Amino acid sequence: MSNGQEILTGSFFMQGDIACAEGAIAVGCRFFAGYPITPATEIAQRMAERMPRVGGIYIQMEDELASMNAVLGASWAGVKAMTATSGPGFSLMMENLGLGIMTETPCVVVNVQRGGPSTGLPTLVGQGDMMQARWGSHGPYEIIALTPNSPQELFDLTIRAFNLSERFRTPVLLMTDAEVGHMTEKVIIPPPKEVKIVPRRKPKVLPGDGYQPYVADDDLVPPMAVAGEGYRIHVTGLTHDERGYPSTGDDSAQWGLIQRLVNKIHLYKDEIIEVEELDLEDAEVVVVSYGIAARTAMWPIELARREGIKVGMLRLITVWPFAEEKIRDLAQRVRAFVVPEINWGQMVLEVERCVAGRAPVYLVPHPGGDIHKPEQVLAAIRRAVA
Amino acid sequence: MSEPMRHMETNSAELGAVPQERHPMDDLLREERLPHIWCSGCGIGTALTCFISALLKSGLDLDKVVVVSGIGCTGRVAGYVQLDSFHTTHGRAIPFATGLKLANPELKVVVFSGDGDLVTIGGNHFIHAARRNIDMTVICVNNFNYGMTGGQHGATTPVGSITTTTPYGNYEHPFNLPYLAAASGAVYVARWTVLHVRRLERAIGEALAKRGFSFVEVISPCPTNFGRWHKQRTGLDTLKYYHTKGVIRHGADPKSVDIELGGEVVEGKFLDIEKPTFQDSCAVMVQKALE
Repeated sequence: MSNGQEILTGSFFMQGDIACAEGAIAVGCRFFAGYPITPATEIAQRMAERMPRVGGIYIQMEDELASMNAVLGASWAGVKAMTATSGPGFSLMMENLGLGIMTETPCVVVNVQRGGPSTGLPTLVGQGDMMQARWGSHGPYEIIALTPNSPQELFDLTIRAFNLSERFRTPVLLMTDAEVGHMTEKVIIPPPKEVKIVPRRKPKVLPGDGYQPYVADDDLVPPMAVAGEGYRIHVTGLTHDERGYPSTGDDSAQWGLIQRLVNKIHLYKDEIIEVEELDLEDAEVVVVSYGIAARTAMWPIELARREGIKVGMLRLITVWPFAEEKIRDLAQRVRAFVVPEINWGQMVLEVERCVAGRAPVYLVPHPGGDIHKPEQVLAAIRRAVA
Repeated sequence: MSEPMRHMETNSAELGAVPQERHPMDDLLREERLPHIWCSGCGIGTALTCFISALLKSGLDLDKVVVVSGIGCTGRVAGYVQLDSFHTTHGRAIPFATGLKLANPELKVVVFSGDGDLVTIGGNHFIHAARRNIDMTVICVNNFNYGMTGGQHGATTPVGSITTTTPYGNYEHPFNLPYLAAASGAVYVARWTVLHVRRLERAIGEALAKRGFSFVEVISPCPTNFGRWHKQRTGLDTLKYYHTKGVIRHGADPKSVDIELGGEVVEGKFLDIEKPTFQDSCAVMVQKALE
């Protein structure tokens, strides 16, 4: 159904949250369930305005547990679905994010991060949910998470998040922050033919011809039948076999399932991991950062270069899976790493793990509420070469 | 060394000649998953039988019927029905079902779960789905306790009941589910015990045929975890109790159908009204949006 409003092709002065909503609509999201929370509310408001006009559903649920579940339900009805929240709501979504991972349900969860813990700084920036994104739901699993640093990239990565979620049949997290979400900048929305859309992988057999919901293709991703197609599927959050049936008395089911859930992402991480490299050719110091913190590190990097310090940046666009090889390679040849992030040290732990003692790693922490001052990052760069 | 056990010689061709009888419900049960996990004397199987029976008579396209359960003994229903079925997280069957229904209005969505799941941990979703009048049927098997975890008290446990977490008697006031559903906005509300199978089946059939949020409470024995403390050591003891204390009172004010320990169990159809569903109202809004 096209009424010409699905993709608002053009050049706009647009807020990040709005760009996120438009990216979702452009890639075919037609179901949004959410709960109002600063600084993600504008995404919901935009969806409430736009969904009725593009044949989609907006529903404001009673809480974030409900929002996450409604999104999973909609995905199992065959519709691309998204929710958007911030720290407190993200915490509430964790259990059911796990249901999405376990049942291999494509969907997108946006977290416009704010200062925490608890209610923290509702209107102000934070990046304190990065490890929660990785490990926040219980049990062993692999996750995909992306971090944009501008409204344009928020638009682009929302599209990519949906495509990755369909490609890998898993929830994908879009870990933005209050600065990027509330920033208004130029956003270019491309013409429809330039929007890449990865379709859902459907069963190759007809109903009644032996389809099993969790028999994976060679790349470990199973084709997905949805409710109402006649396949009579059973889907459970319990450990299950290839038929989708609970299999809790047989440890081979747990081994097989967990290894596949992890490996379907882990073995294809090169396809997922995206980074931006800046002046790394001659760099002796590497700033590793992401989101708004990477953007505010640009100026101190330039100042340090003027002082003659050979410093470059590795910006994580995909944060999970982590760009391990990239860090390991750099650790062979650079003198130090500097990691500014608006938390008390989360992604720095991954950097340290991959550097494995081959070079010092300096965290530039920030408790949230504001962005780093250029002097803070510059001081860390200077110390790294002192 | 002992002799091999003697057995009658059988001819498989002859065996094949015996007509294979199929139970009328076989097509709607995942036979390979049986036997089920429910205890002897439990009422969930009876509730499931009534549901399947109602479904077979409903004329619904079974490829479009979806069963969603949460966690707990009744939560296992989704795993036994040969339908599209989802076994979700504890308390969250209703919002999951909401997503399914709104994203594909062609689906007939049935939530089948227990009291702990639907109205204790999931109580918020229950009242809000009723308030919105989401087009779904909710079947709640109420056995007054958390059976799966060994018989703890919950939001429906009558005052005075002994459970593993109320060893001196329950002192919390329980929900009256028909009243909760009606006050929250349901369009159809009925309650039956698993003794009254024909009426229960009919009520489920009516609920399935209803547009909007329809609710059937199924009062069920749990001899293993609840009955044992209340002189109902077998399911049959509890059925006898329903026989003695069950009172059919159609149209009763839902406010008046509280369940007290050892008291009467008022059953019947308490509410059957018409009002626009969430999707009806949504369609009106969409027209406005497109103007």
